[in-house]
Amino acid sequence: MTNTIGDIGDADVIMVVGSNTTENHPVLSTVVKRAVKYKNAKLLVVDPRQIKLTKFADLWLRPNLGSDVAWINGLMHVIIAENLHDKAFIEKRTNDFEGLKSMVEKFTPDYVEKITGIAAQQIIDAARLYANAGASAILYCMGITQHTTGTDNVKSLANLSMLCGNLGIPGGGVNPLRGQNNVQGACDMGGLPNVYTGYQPVTDAAVRKKMEDAWGITGLPEKNGLTVTKMVPMAHDGDIKAFYIIGENPLVSDPDLNHAEKSFANLDFLVVQDIFVTETGKMADVILPATCFAEKDGTFTNTERRVQRIRKAVDAPGDAWDDWKITSEIAKRMGYPMAYKNAQEIFEEIREVTPSYAGVTYERIERQGLHWPCPSQEHPGTPILHTRQFTRGKGVFHAIDYIAPAETVDDEYPLYLTTGRVLYHYHTGTMTRRTDGLNERAPESFVEISAKDAEKFGVEDGSPINVASRRGQITVRATISEQAVSGTVFIPFHFAEAAANRLTNAALDPVSNIPEFKVCAIKLSSAA
Amino acid sequence: MENQKPIVINGNRFNFTEGDTILDVARQNNIEIPTLCHLKGTTPTGTCRVCVVEIAGQEDLVTSCDTKAVEGMIVQTESSRVVASRKQTIKNMLSMGNHNCAVRAPHEESWTQYQLKVHAEDKSPELCPAWGDCRLQDLAYHYQVSGSDYSNVETLYPMEMANPFIIRDFSRCILCGRCVKACNEIQVNNAIEFGYDGDKKKIVAGDDKLLKDSDCVFCGECVQACPVGALVPKDARFDRPWETEKVRSTCSYCGVGCQIDFHVKDNQIVKITGAEDTAPNYGSLCVKGRFGFQFVHAKDRLTTPLIKENGEFREASWDEALDLTAKRLSEIKDAHGADSIGVFTSARVSNEDNYAAMKFTRAVLKTNNIDHCARL
Repeated sequence: MTNTIGDIGDADVIMVVGSNTTENHPVLSTVVKRAVKYKNAKLLVVDPRQIKLTKFADLWLRPNLGSDVAWINGLMHVIIAENLHDKAFIEKRTNDFEGLKSMVEKFTPDYVEKITGIAAQQIIDAARLYANAGASAILYCMGITQHTTGTDNVKSLANLSMLCGNLGIPGGGVNPLRGQNNVQGACDMGGLPNVYTGYQPVTDAAVRKKMEDAWGITGLPEKNGLTVTKMVPMAHDGDIKAFYIIGENPLVSDPDLNHAEKSFANLDFLVVQDIFVTETGKMADVILPATCFAEKDGTFTNTERRVQRIRKAVDAPGDAWDDWKITSEIAKRMGYPMAYKNAQEIFEEIREVTPSYAGVTYERIERQGLHWPCPSQEHPGTPILHTRQFTRGKGVFHAIDYIAPAETVDDEYPLYLTTGRVLYHYHTGTMTRRTDGLNERAPESFVEISAKDAEKFGVEDGSPINVASRRGQITVRATISEQAVSGTVFIPFHFAEAAANRLTNAALDPVSNIPEFKVCAIKLSSAA
Repeated sequence: MENQKPIVINGNRFNFTEGDTILDVARQNNIEIPTLCHLKGTTPTGTCRVCVVEIAGQEDLVTSCDTKAVEGMIVQTESSRVVASRKQTIKNMLSMGNHNCAVRAPHEESWTQYQLKVHAEDKSPELCPAWGDCRLQDLAYHYQVSGSDYSNVETLYPMEMANPFIIRDFSRCILCGRCVKACNEIQVNNAIEFGYDGDKKKIVAGDDKLLKDSDCVFCGECVQACPVGALVPKDARFDRPWETEKVRSTCSYCGVGCQIDFHVKDNQIVKITGAEDTAPNYGSLCVKGRFGFQFVHAKDRLTTPLIKENGEFREASWDEALDLTAKRLSEIKDAHGADSIGVFTSARVSNEDNYAAMKFTRAVLKTNNIDHCARL
């Protein structure tokens, strides 16, 4: 997030896009709801489902799946046409406005209505709502990113925010809500194929030299590595021979699971480090037992870039070890000792090689976390990014055209499927499905369908339904719901036994390599 | 400063800012006024009347939580009238329900009968679940109050156990409304409110539904806000605060990073509560963060390394499993090159764990094929 969670409460307008916030980030959603109910903030929700937040919204836009660039360009068209953009900010802080302006020219409200299904008048209303506010915050989640145009979608939101001068100010910003406890930290720590810690590029010789010196080695690899979504298909083709998987369950969370299973079966060696035998663990040659978050010391970094402590509260079961210790022991056996006494010693090393973390110490975050960048021990941390300038200097407007999703409906597969989470479960369910009460509240998978579609396709509430895409088929119960909008159904991906990802499309965004989980075409048939 | 005006509390002058309540001014100056129904971050209502104070020239005592400070006001926070009023308030609360701790009533002849009644309703021989962690009990000790001997007051509404997480014990509810504030003004779930009138008053969900059939999403904000034993976590009903150790940590579900306190007893997590004194959540949690920790102590946790042989896993020592892993990774690296290996680090594990995996991948395996589930 460019801004903080608490900062959302200072927004005049909050635009929530592709985020079912009350279910996926429930505590953060309370900040949104309080701002609307008690602080007169206006709420604009853009989502293909009638999620709970729409009940709090001043305006709900319902786009067709995968049409985000079109409606965002539509908003910008109206804002520029009505002269509502922030000329001073554009002049002082950005480049390439003219390119954007000519691109959005064709995205008239009528044209946008044809692509997105959003009424032209609603595009105009939304544009005025967003642009006329003092500070407008954008919150987005996987509904924006998990598309073949995910990068375009994010850039488009950045365009919109810059256009109205909403970056670098309290109550503004472009704020991705990160879905896993330490996904921010995993990225910050260089758990990505192209960067070391703090986003230092692996292709930068000076950075490599710094890391080599710090680690006392030579010959760090010079080319970018591969993303998970590239590596799995390469295992299928035999170019990847081994995976070392730590605390992940790709055989429920990957797209097009039937294909992914074949990839994993094709490996020469698979080692899985986890707290349970997961669906992925079952295919492993070696399973290494790890401690869970309640059994270890360390830090997580949350979605607002706040580095926070975790502390050991209970002993690990049996002979489970901390993940870093297991990894270090493998390293030692491969000829490179990584002998750390404890997590804090590792954190001290992180500080040394990571400018944005250099000022964070366990002592400083004993009672409350700090936001990176925090370059020195005297630095107070950075709650709001880009207050004076962007990381690269001036912000760049990207002229982006609309591209349709990779798969669209046809006569054979007449309905769209979008996937996500429910309140009571988390990701592949490894943790939440081991809590009886959560299972009582949400015992099994389901397909959420509108009453109109249910009637059209002869689906009865509660009945078992076969859902098939071009890639696979699962059987789930039908739930007729007001949250569903006709033409699109929703299935949560938590449930391995009826894994939604047997249906999803592994088509990738060309830049980020994120799969298009949020759009695929399906058909329904009775399983009774 | 211009907008600073004076007020006198217990004989001392203090400045206040327009809009401050008497309670605000007192707290800013470390003067203790006891409160019960007042919930930080919500609009005060003066419902419980524990926070009453005396203002010179005013006949009636006023509730300090919702009375604005006025220039020249002369306030007494512990005058004999104030103390007498508080004592009566506390006595009335103690007398209205199953407050079967030592402060309830000293009358020996009725004590046994009363306890037996409460035990039968609780289906447990334990004392009140809030014993030792009860604002009403604290106040009763502070003001040396015991309940009246109304041991035969009938419990109007039976205990509600019909959901996995929260026990609603109406017999111990003092109708302070903190739970309603927590639900409506903090979480904004709007699931509960005051229902019925007079003696029949009750906190209701919707049109008096069971919680499980209502709009409740089991965030448990109400449980944490309840000052007595009316709302308790089902799985930690009789866990006493002096038996548990609190450990501050960060929730392991979504990326909000709520600060939590583990309540640990005999090496087991018995309860999780939200840390109230710190960002980003200031005490709030969701159903997963508060109640979804059974996995930590699940029977099928991995406890030893496993090696697959002939399609079946067998237990192995750490040395054997680590040696095998190092040997196979080295063989594959030598035979097919470093880029034939991929490492999936994790958005679930710590920064330190991720750093170790990142360093291992690049410095030892010598590949940049490292990624994690950020896209999934």
